Amino acid sequence: MSTIIQYTLMIVIVLFTLTTIAAWLIWLERRMLALWQDRYGPNRAGPFGLLIVVADTIKLFFKEDWIPPFADKTIFVIAPTIIGATVLMGFVIIPYAPGLLIADLNIGLLFFLAMSSLGVYSIVLGGWASNNKYSLLGALRGASQMISYEVFMGLSLMGVVMLSGSFRLTDIVLAQKGCWFIITQPVGFVIFMIAGIAETHRLPFDIPEAESELVAGFHSEYSGMKFGMFFIGEYLGITLISAMAVTLFFGGWLGPAFLPPLIWFSLKTFVFILFFILLRASLPRPRYDQLMEYGWKILLPIALLNLLITGGIVLMMNK
Amino acid sequence: MISILRTIGLTFLHMFRKRETIQYPEEKVVLHPRWRGRIVLTRDPDMGERCVGCYLCAAACPVDCISLQATEDENGRRYPEFFRINFSRCIFCGYCEEACPTYAIQLIPDFEMAEYNRQNLVYEKEDLLIDSEGKYPGYNYYKIAGLAAGIKGKGEGDNEDPPVDIHSLLP
Repeated sequence: MSTIIQYTLMIVIVLFTLTTIAAWLIWLERRMLALWQDRYGPNRAGPFGLLIVVADTIKLFFKEDWIPPFADKTIFVIAPTIIGATVLMGFVIIPYAPGLLIADLNIGLLFFLAMSSLGVYSIVLGGWASNNKYSLLGALRGASQMISYEVFMGLSLMGVVMLSGSFRLTDIVLAQKGCWFIITQPVGFVIFMIAGIAETHRLPFDIPEAESELVAGFHSEYSGMKFGMFFIGEYLGITLISAMAVTLFFGGWLGPAFLPPLIWFSLKTFVFILFFILLRASLPRPRYDQLMEYGWKILLPIALLNLLITGGIVLMMNK
Repeated sequence: MISILRTIGLTFLHMFRKRETIQYPEEKVVLHPRWRGRIVLTRDPDMGERCVGCYLCAAACPVDCISLQATEDENGRRYPEFFRINFSRCIFCGYCEEACPTYAIQLIPDFEMAEYNRQNLVYEKEDLLIDSEGKYPGYNYYKIAGLAAGIKGKGEGDNEDPPVDIHSLLP
């Protein structure tokens, strides 16, 4: 009985924290983008512009929740919920502190990869259900981008799995006690970050949803809270990829003892979220064929090479 | 890849630069003196109205937002009976300022005229007339003009020749 209560409490706490973070990220992204663009972000609504989150939420609620008469109604409504659901499921396996996690799956990493693969459905279904040429084109491009970058997201993490000997994320964090995996797997980290950015379709890989590309990509027909759900899904995806990068390469909750482990985890995740926002502020968007070429012709061979070399070194060290 | 990292680094360094935003309304934008803002009617150095009601500004206005009626006082000096500018139509082009022969109508660098009611944007002469010479100090049209309107006699203006005796036969 107490385990059920424990699990429920943990789930409620994580859900509450995540929704707060997703909402707060709206404010943080606008202020940080402005900071890096020599201007102020929102600083009038409330102290430091914090009430802008409330204003945005109220605005989204009051927008007309219009379902196009030519659209496939059921799928149109379901598509935004898929991205939110899969990303939230991805947070189930992450260890926030020793003993503080929802599900200590022994295939935790595979579960994360599976959930991010399911996230492609939201784009495909969203674009398809909109019954609109441009949404469909945006959705197809987005889906092909996400699928091709997923291929080497999994491959780049195999080096980490080899070095730690397990798919369970707690074991991976504990295996970094001596030395963080960023030092032994730098190439894997870079490839995972690039693949992660493509998975959450953030700049520079935001062809599915860029404002000037194909009207608005796959979410042209969405307005009001459905659009808000896509938005929240994207911000939660950023947080998820940052948290995974911290867990897999930067030691998770490990750190000197003057701060509790949860604070270390939060600080490191926060730094990665800022890095995502910095990428949005600085990089131009590549063309679609440049993007696909980059993925298949450059990153996939490098990921395979990394796997080969890591496997060879692990075998040699085990001799 | 190196160029990408360099771009990210340079953008990161922008964090330490001063931000360019002017925080209106606490800080105001610095406007130059010839900035075409609100329209005013100015007075000459003797505090009489410069406007002679010649209708040139109303004719020059591309959106027809000026409306006036000229009348004369007892000395024969023309002045506008009413002078109305509809600021909801005005495009602040400055054509009226260029057309005015007496430097009466001028555009000053002020733009804070927002109203909630469109009818409040129609300014009458008492809203437009100011007790100053505006941008062109020291100019009194009637000191230069040939007309004697109680300001000077015939032939006594600056650079003015004395009046010709029309009854004599000498050149």
